[in-house]
Amino acid sequence: MLLLECPYCGVKAEETELTAGGEAHLKRFGPGSSGEEFEAYMFARKNPKGVHFERWRHAYGCGKWFLAARCTATLEVFGTYPAQTTEPPADLVEKIKAKRPDWKGTK
Amino acid sequence: MSTRLSKGGRLIDRTAPQEFTFNGKRMRGFGGDTLAAALLANDQMLVGRSFKYHRPRGIVASGAEEPNALVNMGEGGRFEPNQRTTTTELFDGLTCTSQNHWPSLEFDVGVVNNYASRFLPAGFYYKTFIHPRFAWKHVFEPIVRQSAGLGKVPKDRDADRYEQAYAFCDILVVGGGVAGLQAALTAAKAGKSVWLIEQTAHWGGRAVVDGAVIEGQPAEAWVNAALQTLERMENVTIRSRCMAAGSYDHGYVLCDEKVADHTPGDGRPRHRLWRLRAGQIIAATGAIERPLSFAGNDIPGVMLAAAVRDYLVNWAVAAGDRTVVVTNNDDAYRTAIALKEAGLEVPVVLDARASVSGELPARARALGIRVETGRAIAKVKGGKRVTGVAICAQAGQGAVIEEIDCDAVAMSGGWSPVVHLWSHCGGKLKWDDAQAQFAPDKARPPINHDGGALVLTAGAASGVLSTADVLADATEAAGGGAVPAAQDAAEGAMEPVWVMPQGAPVALRMKMWLDYQNDVKVSDVQLAAREGYTSVEHTKRYTTLGMATDQGKLSNINGLAVLADSLSAPIPQVGTTTFRPPYTPVTIGALAGEARVDIFQPLRRTPIHDWHVAQNAYLEPVGLWQRPYCYPRAGETHEQAVHREVKNTRSNVGLLDASTLGKIIVKGPDAGKFLDMLYTNVMSNLAVGKCRYGLMCNEQGFLSDDGVVARIDEDTWLCHTTSGGSDRIHAWMEDWLQCEWWDWQVYTANVTEQYAQIAVVGPKARQVLEKLGGMDVSKETLPFMQWADGTLGGFNARVYRISFSGELSYEIAVPASEGRAFWDALVAAGAEFGMMPYGTEGLHVLRAEKGFIMIGDETDGTVIPQDLNLGWAISKKKADYLGKRGQERPYLASPDRWKLVGLETLDGSVIPDGSYAPAPGMNANGQRNTQGRVTSTYFSPTLGKGIAMGLVKGGLSRLGETIEMTRLDGSTMQVKIVDPVFYDKEGEKQNV
Repeated sequence: MLLLECPYCGVKAEETELTAGGEAHLKRFGPGSSGEEFEAYMFARKNPKGVHFERWRHAYGCGKWFLAARCTATLEVFGTYPAQTTEPPADLVEKIKAKRPDWKGTK
Repeated sequence: MSTRLSKGGRLIDRTAPQEFTFNGKRMRGFGGDTLAAALLANDQMLVGRSFKYHRPRGIVASGAEEPNALVNMGEGGRFEPNQRTTTTELFDGLTCTSQNHWPSLEFDVGVVNNYASRFLPAGFYYKTFIHPRFAWKHVFEPIVRQSAGLGKVPKDRDADRYEQAYAFCDILVVGGGVAGLQAALTAAKAGKSVWLIEQTAHWGGRAVVDGAVIEGQPAEAWVNAALQTLERMENVTIRSRCMAAGSYDHGYVLCDEKVADHTPGDGRPRHRLWRLRAGQIIAATGAIERPLSFAGNDIPGVMLAAAVRDYLVNWAVAAGDRTVVVTNNDDAYRTAIALKEAGLEVPVVLDARASVSGELPARARALGIRVETGRAIAKVKGGKRVTGVAICAQAGQGAVIEEIDCDAVAMSGGWSPVVHLWSHCGGKLKWDDAQAQFAPDKARPPINHDGGALVLTAGAASGVLSTADVLADATEAAGGGAVPAAQDAAEGAMEPVWVMPQGAPVALRMKMWLDYQNDVKVSDVQLAAREGYTSVEHTKRYTTLGMATDQGKLSNINGLAVLADSLSAPIPQVGTTTFRPPYTPVTIGALAGEARVDIFQPLRRTPIHDWHVAQNAYLEPVGLWQRPYCYPRAGETHEQAVHREVKNTRSNVGLLDASTLGKIIVKGPDAGKFLDMLYTNVMSNLAVGKCRYGLMCNEQGFLSDDGVVARIDEDTWLCHTTSGGSDRIHAWMEDWLQCEWWDWQVYTANVTEQYAQIAVVGPKARQVLEKLGGMDVSKETLPFMQWADGTLGGFNARVYRISFSGELSYEIAVPASEGRAFWDALVAAGAEFGMMPYGTEGLHVLRAEKGFIMIGDETDGTVIPQDLNLGWAISKKKADYLGKRGQERPYLASPDRWKLVGLETLDGSVIPDGSYAPAPGMNANGQRNTQGRVTSTYFSPTLGKGIAMGLVKGGLSRLGETIEMTRLDGSTMQVKIVDPVFYDKEGEKQNV
């Protein structure tokens, strides 16, 4: 029963108000992509023990999708941010690095 | 014998006598009694039988940790098994019966297991019932099932109601002892919003029983003052009889408040389940005393030392006249002293430690109590109750030095902190050598969303035992502040004793109980270790240690210490089993709350629902919708009604409530571009006023939903989805718009419930609408696959010329608020044309006769449109659409794929649902190969025979071929592959 703050409406939303959408920052591969690219897009998901970026929708609230960075081991939430981006905000990355020095980053 | 004393009892009200029955025997207790206290007051020492050996069982504890004294409570709709007598408050008229015996508690046939116990060791089931293989199912399992299980299953519907409530606070303090009270006071004074809950009906925990002194006054006075202060604070909520069952991620806590367990039938909900969200949890949950492992420690009359003290001080009940105390620590001397001061006999205190010098032993000696150090119990004598003890040296092998008569034994093996709430979310434990206990490792707490500690412990739950330390620890947990001064007797060091005497031979170890309820003994754990079980989790499952309804509150630490000893490993290396919620059992009723019977789940009803019900429609659930399956007339079966409805629709006119159909408006400058990505065909070039059937696939290329799209104006489309798919498809659209193409200017709105949609279907449909009058619905003005706005019978209507039946068909949308009135108008206008309503089954038959696919029947998440011969609805020109890349994968283009065909039996019978077409040979798993299956199968009233659609390898290239299909009973039938369009192949009827 996670608590995640919706970056759009500011509500500290409980997991029952949210729907999960899996890994964030996937790049879509459509027609013309190689078999490997499409396989990676469709099926190869990260499953880290530690820092992870995820898609969540405030389904029973404002209806907006947002992204969350959290630790899958301790469930600590580092931050949430709007979905209209291809990578996490720089200040959030810095915050995570400060808390998890061993983290290798998103790249 | 156990008895009620004439004086004392801080919790009982002697002016409020209560009558109750145990196994039909009338007994008396007082207000404030627990059922256990009242049973003991009536000398009911024997209260049940153990699970495996049917050994006599008595009350051991005085609280939630009790493993033995479980009873069937109540009758009829209020019958509930496995109720813990130690936590059940007595009320007048209570009825209960003991469990797990036949024919009676006193004389139990199952006790034969006890005499055969040497043949029933740990893992007995696994070793014995494996050969011969067939015997398990037909011989062993029926016998085991017959004899297994403690209480009886309730037969009647629960007469009570349960409710659930939500609450939020900064700090949740669990436990109403002095630690919890002090933590709540400290946090509340700092301005935090505080919840304080206590699982019993009383406050103060052990301190008020043990006579601690706080701020110069008895603990009870301090507790009462603290409570009064808290009750006056607006930022504090206090609940007693409220048990924190589990702590979950980010401060979510389930708390079970037993509102009316003690006042059944008074109209209040029996339990209230609080779904609490706390900023932080302070677990002031105390500690549980451990039994000692000596031979015969399960005989009724052997009790925890602190429980003996509780019964004496709280309820003025003496567990025995002559109580032998056996201990490895100073705390148990409090029991000896209390008994002596109450005028009862304590023949001896047996202390396993070689020497004792603390303040409490000194006081005991001063009272004239005989204290023997370095001594142990070799064996408890007695059967259904204790009659005496044989004494030996703790250091030896059990040679009896002396025998002493007694009728109760008070044992104490030290204390284990209650760390459940700490551990549920991953708080780590560390082994404390001094107290021989696992205590919270405060450096490794469970983590909250902000990275801080989710749970803190306070007092005995932290592993501290003296009142002064408890109060200091609680104050610190709550953020710091003034610590009240406290004194209690200084205690000397305890000494771990896991087996008594330490060199006990196997004959004694076979009589040393670890788990009283499940009958796990020291010898069983040692056997498991010898057989190679080194993991505590495996040993638990092999021996069933700690797997009973008490979840090992008394047995776990003793068991794992014995395991560690057998493995010659340090205890912390063996570790504990995982702590899982709930702390004590929560009744299913509380978890269900009000979600039962009529309000089990929210239901969706169309604006016309009441009419359906009034017409005696047979309703079926479609997602959360309630839809008419058919409208049976008097004397008609459902099947007959469906046939009549279908025939009438084909020959006259039918009326369908299609309001559940999904309706999503997609609007904006980029709406056309967006829909071209969403659908497999092109929607951007659809002319205003026209309709087009479209397919949606997921990114893997599999068919996900279908429906008719109407172009409303230059930048607006209305997308119809399946009834079950509207929410899902709307969310799917939003996902792509928000997360992938966020720069596209498109807006979506799910207007499914804003409109009532009614299909008027059949050759006379146009006549019905013309009778209503209004807009022109002629073929010329409103041809097939077009729509128009206008009025019909005075109603503002949007009329779509679309058909899911192959008949002349109008689907008419009116505002939901006018849906019922419009339906009534249609019913009136249609009467002279023989119009009848039809339900979902009729709809299915009509569409199957036409070979129209149904999402969820012909599709199952592994079917691409090409499999269903829907290649015509896939654009070859578009560079991209969702699913296009997925459909390019080689195996989806394989000629071996199963494709849609029509199927008919040779004799016109209906193919059973679920039939498969076997193929020659076996697969790698030794199962028969298959080459197809049925996806939809019906009796066609129109054609007078069975028709079906299915997916068959090779599809329509095998037209005319006859294949074999199986029935569910394994028999086979011959089935012919035919065109899936069974009726009106040219589509003339819908285009008139």
